[in-house]
Amino acid sequence: MSKYSVIGTRVNMIGGTEKVTGNAKYTTDLTLPGMLYGKILRSPHPHAKILNFDTSKAEKMLGVKAVVTGSDTIGKKQGIWRRFPELCDEEILCRTKVRYIGDAVAAVAAIDEDTAEEALGLIKVEYETLPAVFDPMEAITEEAPQIHEGVELNINVNRHIEWGNVDDAFKECDHIREDQFVCSSQAHVCMETHCALASFDYNGKLTVWTSTQSSYYIQVLLMGMLGMREGDIRVINPYTGGGFGSKFELDSAQFCASLLSKKICRPVKIVLNREEEFTATKRRTPMYYFLKLGAKKDGTLLAKEVRVITEGGAYTAMGATALYLTGFFSSFPYKYPNYRYDGYRAYTNTEPTSAMRGFGAPQSTFVGESQLDMMAEDLGIDPFEIRRKNGMTPDYVVPGQAFIQSCGLHQCLDKIEAHVKERGKLPPNHGIGIAAYGFMSGGIFNWFDTPYSFSAAIVRINIDGKVDLFTGANEIGQGSNTTLSLICAEELGVHFDDIRIHSADTGICPPDLGAWGSRETLMNGNAVKRAAADAKAQLLEFAAAKMGVNIVYDLDIKDQWVHLVDRPERGVSYFDIVKEAIRGRDGEVIIGRGHYTPHRKGMISPAYSFGIQAAEVEVDPETGKYKLLNVTTAHDSGKVINPVGIEGQLEGAIMMAGGYGYCEDQPMHNGKILNPTIADYMMIRSLDMPETKILEIDTYEPEGPFGAKEAGEGLTNPTAGAIGNAVYKAVGVRINTLPITPEKVFRALKEKERKQKR
Amino acid sequence: MKKVVKLTVNGQPYELYIKPKTLLIEVLRDHLQLTGAKRGCETGSCGACTVILDGMAVKSCSILAIQADGGEVTTVEGLAKGNELHPLQKAFLDHGAVQCGFCTSGMLMSSKALLDENPNLDKQQIKEGIDGHICRCTGYNSIVRALTDVVKGEYKEVK
Repeated sequence: MSKYSVIGTRVNMIGGTEKVTGNAKYTTDLTLPGMLYGKILRSPHPHAKILNFDTSKAEKMLGVKAVVTGSDTIGKKQGIWRRFPELCDEEILCRTKVRYIGDAVAAVAAIDEDTAEEALGLIKVEYETLPAVFDPMEAITEEAPQIHEGVELNINVNRHIEWGNVDDAFKECDHIREDQFVCSSQAHVCMETHCALASFDYNGKLTVWTSTQSSYYIQVLLMGMLGMREGDIRVINPYTGGGFGSKFELDSAQFCASLLSKKICRPVKIVLNREEEFTATKRRTPMYYFLKLGAKKDGTLLAKEVRVITEGGAYTAMGATALYLTGFFSSFPYKYPNYRYDGYRAYTNTEPTSAMRGFGAPQSTFVGESQLDMMAEDLGIDPFEIRRKNGMTPDYVVPGQAFIQSCGLHQCLDKIEAHVKERGKLPPNHGIGIAAYGFMSGGIFNWFDTPYSFSAAIVRINIDGKVDLFTGANEIGQGSNTTLSLICAEELGVHFDDIRIHSADTGICPPDLGAWGSRETLMNGNAVKRAAADAKAQLLEFAAAKMGVNIVYDLDIKDQWVHLVDRPERGVSYFDIVKEAIRGRDGEVIIGRGHYTPHRKGMISPAYSFGIQAAEVEVDPETGKYKLLNVTTAHDSGKVINPVGIEGQLEGAIMMAGGYGYCEDQPMHNGKILNPTIADYMMIRSLDMPETKILEIDTYEPEGPFGAKEAGEGLTNPTAGAIGNAVYKAVGVRINTLPITPEKVFRALKEKERKQKR
Repeated sequence: MKKVVKLTVNGQPYELYIKPKTLLIEVLRDHLQLTGAKRGCETGSCGACTVILDGMAVKSCSILAIQADGGEVTTVEGLAKGNELHPLQKAFLDHGAVQCGFCTSGMLMSSKALLDENPNLDKQQIKEGIDGHICRCTGYNSIVRALTDVVKGEYKEVK
């Protein structure tokens, strides 16, 4: 028998058939009898005091059933960093002050959307506008207005990471580079906007169907904001139209729908429109980078110093985590003996910035990989060579931070180098740039202050051998239901279609922190594997007794066959054993339980992915316009559980990260986002999408289920850096600000021409 | 002032009494409970609401229901025959051309209209054909591969 019979096989995504037939019901598709439609009124000012609400006209309007403002809340501020009360700074429905254009001030529930929309126009909010600040560099000066009471210089959070002796090490360097970079914002643009259907009943129980990456977080955050008990709130995650980091905090749709429903005991649905989605949710954190890198003549990197100021927007959100991770991943994936990071997050009167796929690492990878290529050029060293010389290796310890077990970085370097060599001499104005990266397989952070394990699963085996798998993991399109079912089937020794998964319903599933930080495959995968192993052990007890085997033999199940590991032909049917085991236990159903919380794995993550990506561009030197031709990636994600899923993650990441490098941006004027529509927000569409190729790497992560680690966000990290390096190789101009637009390339080419003429 | 509109949707005739400003997508989703077509934007620029009207792929958010009066509409719910999937649906599944699935119905309906018009599309034509759609998950290439295989005849339609 081969080692594995289920994992690594190509299967159709669970729920895929429902999606291709239009049968899958998303939150936005749901209706309940008696349901009302909610709409939210938002601040037109970037910074203003609220003097008065007058909702009387709206309340009297025919068809309006409820109106709420900040006065209807219990006055709490929420935040996902629950361990730190000072970072819980968002009221969602503002009571006394608004801090960005889009801050929610009131909400209406009415018999239809048109009525609700009309009623918003009848609500009078009296404001006293305040001076506002939009630029983080200005926000941290003495002259800037204070956005949150008591927060000096608008510094929301600062983070410091250090090891070795950076100052001494710089003295030993043969060459030092100091560079500045600016990383822009980016919108998640989930195809399904934020939405929720909340139903509060006369028994005092609240049920919320919502498009979310973490049912558990939403349950707990609603508990705090509504003054309810956790167990009285049930959050259900139906089919979800994307997340990308935008949907694991409590949002205005969830909170306002719940508050309205609680007021009148009727179901209320709120679906944000696309403009609200762009302007009144969260977005990728823009970062201002100051880098100092020192090396020996031979390319050995001795020291790196990183200073970052991030544009926080109006609230903390997940921005504090992005600030930390961009600092940690600025050292990736290299063995810096001396490293120092100082990051500051500034409040500004703009839409809050937070998590987005890659979580600070796409920013640090763009700046770090750009600067590394510049260093290599200064020293006359090949870009592959400098990465090979300094790249992380298995069993490497990041001092005081992390312990890396599996690391396929050097395999990836070899594969990508061979690919670039194979491409041979390039035509004029073509360039191939590379970028190396790594990412975490879930974070070992508990700022949320959960008392539960990070992941948990329950496996129930029914009399017919079919298996129900219960997990708190959220399927948001990334394929976690499929991956977890593959793991469950493999461990239990049954077929993929023997599994029926129930996920992310807090009423029936054990808590899980949700789908963020690339954590589901490793963390929930471990919980699922343990739950399946627990259930299997219960079956094998009966099997051993029934088969009368010598105790020196081990039993296992594979392909629905319970057998001796060393004599696979000696066995019995899985289905017979299930029936007998249940009968033998007085009819008690077989239930296996598993949970996982990382321990003794450092401060960041239990395991790390690694990779190298090569991007080829063709630049038109006349116009600066360039085409992204080909992106080839060698990604070390450990043992591959779900190959179709990985291909999808990779290609999708290139669309998103290529967009971050190439065109996606959110220009603002006085705090107002100027392109809040899909028509105006430029993304890579099918015609711009490059050819994509994956080069396979074989590694095994001891901490992961069957050796697996992350393959979700890490893939978003390298592309902007690879594009920047490719443009430089093609036409010799270096763009230090994202996105690398044709306009910037054109201006840089003109500047280069002028300099050459002089 | 409401109006009567007659539509045939997935072979089923309907007579609807609606406000003139009602969009085709609203009739499908809110009146007929055919929620396969999605609303992804308000600017006619994402393609998630695409359905086939009298043989042509249209964005149902950008067309009034009264403009479709007397027309024949096919939505994603009308693509499979009973419980037998359409070749495009099978190909999308096999190629992982579906992730969150929110763009999928629109993408499938555009693909169907494209193939009905020209069953021998080449890769460039496929890319052009779906360029009006946003998919934030897949990166499009798997969708192009799925369509390519359907063109090649790898997936046969059940008669």
